[in-house]
Amino acid sequence: MNISQQLVNAIWLGGVYSLFALGYALVFSVLGVLNLAHSAVFMWGAFIGLAVVTQLGLPIWIAIPIAMLAAGAIGVLLEVVAFAPLRRRNAPRISQLISSIGASILLVNIAQIVFGTDPKRFPQGSIPTETIQGLPFRVTPIQIIILLISVILMALLQYLVMRTRIGQAMRTVAFNERVAGLLGINSTQIFQITFFLAGALAGASGVLYGLAYNSMTPFMGDAVALKGLTIIVLGGLGNIKGAVVGGFLVAALETFSIAAGGSNYRDAIVFGLLFFILLFRPQGLVGQAQQNRA
Amino acid sequence: MMDLLRSIGISEPVLQFMLVNAILGLSVYLTLYTGMFSLANAGFMAVGAYAGVIVTQNLQLPLGVGLIVGMLLAGVIAIPIGLPVLRLRDIYLAIATIGFGEVVRIIILNFDTFASTITGKTVTLTQGALGISGIPKMTQTWHLILFLIVASYGIARLHRSRFGRAMTAIRQDEQAAANMGIDVVYTKNVVFILSAVLAAAAGVLKAHLTRTIDPSDYGFNSAVEILTFAVLGGTTTLIGPIIGGLVLTALPEMLRGLKDYRTIVNGVILLAVIIYLPGGLANPAVWSRLFKRLRGGRKPINTGDTSL
Repeated sequence: MNISQQLVNAIWLGGVYSLFALGYALVFSVLGVLNLAHSAVFMWGAFIGLAVVTQLGLPIWIAIPIAMLAAGAIGVLLEVVAFAPLRRRNAPRISQLISSIGASILLVNIAQIVFGTDPKRFPQGSIPTETIQGLPFRVTPIQIIILLISVILMALLQYLVMRTRIGQAMRTVAFNERVAGLLGINSTQIFQITFFLAGALAGASGVLYGLAYNSMTPFMGDAVALKGLTIIVLGGLGNIKGAVVGGFLVAALETFSIAAGGSNYRDAIVFGLLFFILLFRPQGLVGQAQQNRA
Repeated sequence: MMDLLRSIGISEPVLQFMLVNAILGLSVYLTLYTGMFSLANAGFMAVGAYAGVIVTQNLQLPLGVGLIVGMLLAGVIAIPIGLPVLRLRDIYLAIATIGFGEVVRIIILNFDTFASTITGKTVTLTQGALGISGIPKMTQTWHLILFLIVASYGIARLHRSRFGRAMTAIRQDEQAAANMGIDVVYTKNVVFILSAVLAAAAGVLKAHLTRTIDPSDYGFNSAVEILTFAVLGGTTTLIGPIIGGLVLTALPEMLRGLKDYRTIVNGVILLAVIIYLPGGLANPAVWSRLFKRLRGGRKPINTGDTSL
């Protein structure tokens, strides 16, 4: 087994996973709900990026921000349609989880009608695929670009949440919605901003995932939906730094178990890990103890 | 009776799947009614289906034996799973049970290769991703109706018992229930086992209808689908999940004229019900509230309904 090669694979894949899981974690930290339609937004992001390249003929570096904006808009739509009405009624968190499942079914089915179910690819020549020479491992320019974009977006998010007024407002709402209201923070707006950011992150990771594997179907979200869950559980639900760590950990676990010849068991290993983390450290690997256990 | 159903687009096979899904609805209803958000039903369904099929196909035994073996195996597996997992609540429980379902699916997928390397002989029991085909079509419509009636009667009796009241109490407030001397761990685990047994029974019966099974039938999407039966119908009464299972299975068939768009209907129904009909289709309180609102009465006061 070529260790350096596996490390390279784990690192760029980890970037995509972390980016995806960050959206889950962001929504969970601010609203305390799981948005299971996140993987559907991820898939829409990939297809919008593809449409910008194939239909409008624009280069991929313009397609990524456009896909992010569009996916962010889908995120806001999700919040308005599937989450806000339930929150107004004070429905239990589980109801919001179920309504996000409904929204996810809807988004995937619409995608099936719009884009069809055959795998779609980025056109030849739109992405550089030749490997870089002179290194002890195989790496393509696109993999480096994927990692760079992931890291830049994660840094931007960290800056936004920790250093700006919007981020401060988001953290206040996450701490206590009523207190935030008393301080004059418009929580409805903050929820929409949160969903926009989560959607944009999902869109970016969707395009990057599509570039990496160059095969997109309306069901591509299924592959990452449960992995994203594992990642945020590993990192502690709603913990943003934890989601980044978890993303790289799960990617490493996956690539190394494939390299060790257990490609059939890689998902079992990931979900088995999920199971045990929940039982023994439900606050995640890096989190502090919470009151969520019986 | 069959003619009447056929006239609205429900043929006998559709009716059979409607009944299977009503049983699945009951299985997830039991856990939801006790306030546990478990998504393990698809996993237990897989356990039941594979165990049952191996009994009827490989050992040539009657369906009844397959049914009992499948139900027993699921019940036994539910004990070591439930004991640790049921300490978790809402979203944490949901994620853990999703993990369980995936692990079951992957174990079935790789069972043959794993068993072959251990025993040194070629084992073909679950047949990997291809699944088992050519299962004898043993399930009859009357089996399903009988099973549904027996299960509903059993649950209705359960509701009226001391145990049933303990279930309600735990749903309302687990802490308060524990303070009143209700054995919360025991009650939750027994309900989890009963739910697993029902899901396994549905799995066995369904496998002998579809005649082919493969691991992908029992993934996350299947778990979600089962959940929608109970949510659509409502989890406050026993009738809810039965209606949910029947309606959600029949609707796509009746809407066949919509062609490609009929799959969208499931998503729209789920969203609409959870947003506009909290408590599901079979919740009398919701209907009277809706009726009053339509008549232009005063806006209903939020009664703090704890249902989904």
